[in-house]
Amino acid sequence: MAKARYRNARGQTLEAAAGNGLIDRRALLGRGMVFAGAMSAGIGPSAAGAEPLADDPWSLEVGDPMPAYQVPSKFEARVARTLSNPNHEPRNSHARTPHHLLEGTTTPNGLHFAINHAGVPTIDPDKHRLVIHGLVKRPLEFTLETLSRYPMISRVSFLECGGNSAPMFSPEPMQETVQALHGLVSCAEWTGIRLSTLLEETGIDPAAKWLIAEGADSPHLSRSVPVKKALDDAMIVLYQNGERLMPGNGYPMRLLLPGYEGNMNVKFLRRIKLVEQPAMSMYEARTYSQILPSGKAYRFYFLQEVKSFITSPSHGMMLKGPGLYEISGIAYSGTGRIEKVMISADGGQSWAEAALQEPVLSKAFTRFRMPWRWDGGPATLQSRAWDEAGNVQPTRAEFVAARGELTKPAPVLGFPNQHYNSITSWGVGSHGEVKHVYA
Amino acid sequence: MFTPERAICAASLVLAIMTGASLAETPNLGKPIDEAAIAAWDISILPDGTGLPNGSGTPAQGAVIYAAKCAACHGDNGKGGAAAALVSDRELAGINAAQKTIRNFWPYSTTIFDFIRRAMPFQMPRSLTDDEVYALTAYILAENKLIGATDMMDAQTLPKVKMPNRDNFIIRFPDRI
Repeated sequence: MAKARYRNARGQTLEAAAGNGLIDRRALLGRGMVFAGAMSAGIGPSAAGAEPLADDPWSLEVGDPMPAYQVPSKFEARVARTLSNPNHEPRNSHARTPHHLLEGTTTPNGLHFAINHAGVPTIDPDKHRLVIHGLVKRPLEFTLETLSRYPMISRVSFLECGGNSAPMFSPEPMQETVQALHGLVSCAEWTGIRLSTLLEETGIDPAAKWLIAEGADSPHLSRSVPVKKALDDAMIVLYQNGERLMPGNGYPMRLLLPGYEGNMNVKFLRRIKLVEQPAMSMYEARTYSQILPSGKAYRFYFLQEVKSFITSPSHGMMLKGPGLYEISGIAYSGTGRIEKVMISADGGQSWAEAALQEPVLSKAFTRFRMPWRWDGGPATLQSRAWDEAGNVQPTRAEFVAARGELTKPAPVLGFPNQHYNSITSWGVGSHGEVKHVYA
Repeated sequence: MFTPERAICAASLVLAIMTGASLAETPNLGKPIDEAAIAAWDISILPDGTGLPNGSGTPAQGAVIYAAKCAACHGDNGKGGAAAALVSDRELAGINAAQKTIRNFWPYSTTIFDFIRRAMPFQMPRSLTDDEVYALTAYILAENKLIGATDMMDAQTLPKVKMPNRDNFIIRFPDRI
């Protein structure tokens, strides 16, 4: 294929960066791109031109009163979480983030994913207590009021369910949106107190190797966490993107273990007990242990490994004719910062490096972007991420070789296995339709 | 040998340590609480039996409680209903988590007691007595043929129940523990 030549607004000439229309990411540095070569259909101004302008009604009347707490425009009502248990049946409930309808790296609080195992508890913050006890020198009780006087830190961190992306264990690509496939991960700025600060006050018996964190919700959800992680970067979080935690995300306080599977980040946190050995609660002994092809199972996976997916274009979208598009997506790693993201438009035959939106933060969403000229032919879009520790996101074939796949498709809302992090592929058809494919 | 210089050195060192301590000063607003005051909340149980309460129960006692308080969701005799089956002789084949059962997967018997006591019945958690939790645990273990039909479960016997899949796990990242 002959390489197309483009010029950005600074006059730099840019080469095609990889096959099937990927353009050098430096094209994004300018304010726009000017095509030096022949124009393609759909790129230049329409020959017909625009209609004459007139004032719309909203430009001729006074608007609505301002609400005390504002919500998005009524025209954005479709930008919502999908619910796995809308009728509140007696079982767990999942709400998935609509990544294909969002941009940037911050998940709005109303759209942050949540999983609750017996509804969302209504907790009176004045009555809530956090107790730290067990193998400590001094057991202590904290209230929200007293914790509010402690030195706080803020950090941006993704939070991901260990079962996110589980539909991709299916042997065939499930025809589902990025929200259904990857909606159980979100990213927010969390503010609270370092757990190590509180453990410094209680003192730790050297025999303590684990802590058991427990919530005040009706299942009294409980997980064991290594003291090693507690002293590293664990936090007791009170604020989410600047305001108090959302009820479904753990109000009035939760544990945050940056980079570790969501279920361990115990919400409605009321008790931390330091112990010598893990409790082997149901969620660690059964639910978050992953069956391997050998018949054995992983235990204490903890880490959400390096992952990325393209949010636009993605499954269910329609490209309106050949021309210039921006490929945009999210990358993150529980190990640290994202080092680079590579993009392919030809199913992995050739790759080019995407631009990473600053700031690139450790254990946080990193937005990547890549200019792409769709020529109207078949294309398979993929992203692949590397983290600063050198971990690389596996191809689907590599992932399946290590972890196996199902013999037949499972329900899209089910969790047949966990900790899935391979490349996601979107196939673009000749009419511009985008579908989930395996490549 | 003690010299004035050494004394100054030692004094500086003490000062340095004290300065370090003052830099790390924390608000100390936690209210001391003794374990007796935490007792009603402390339902943590370790797989070696640490934390198991007094009390006991048999499969026969558990069967009666099960029929009254559990069968509506978990089905007659634990065979499953709107909620998961608790009794099954299915073997693991392939990687699908849907096949996990107490018999073929759960590595520790204490986990059954712990989960019932903290989370069940779904609509009324923490409403069962410890004797009832022991009885239900005994019933589920006996129906799964993991203990005898008349075996009593208590703080001594429960942790000794050997679960078939106990040694089939691999710690994913040992250096993170």
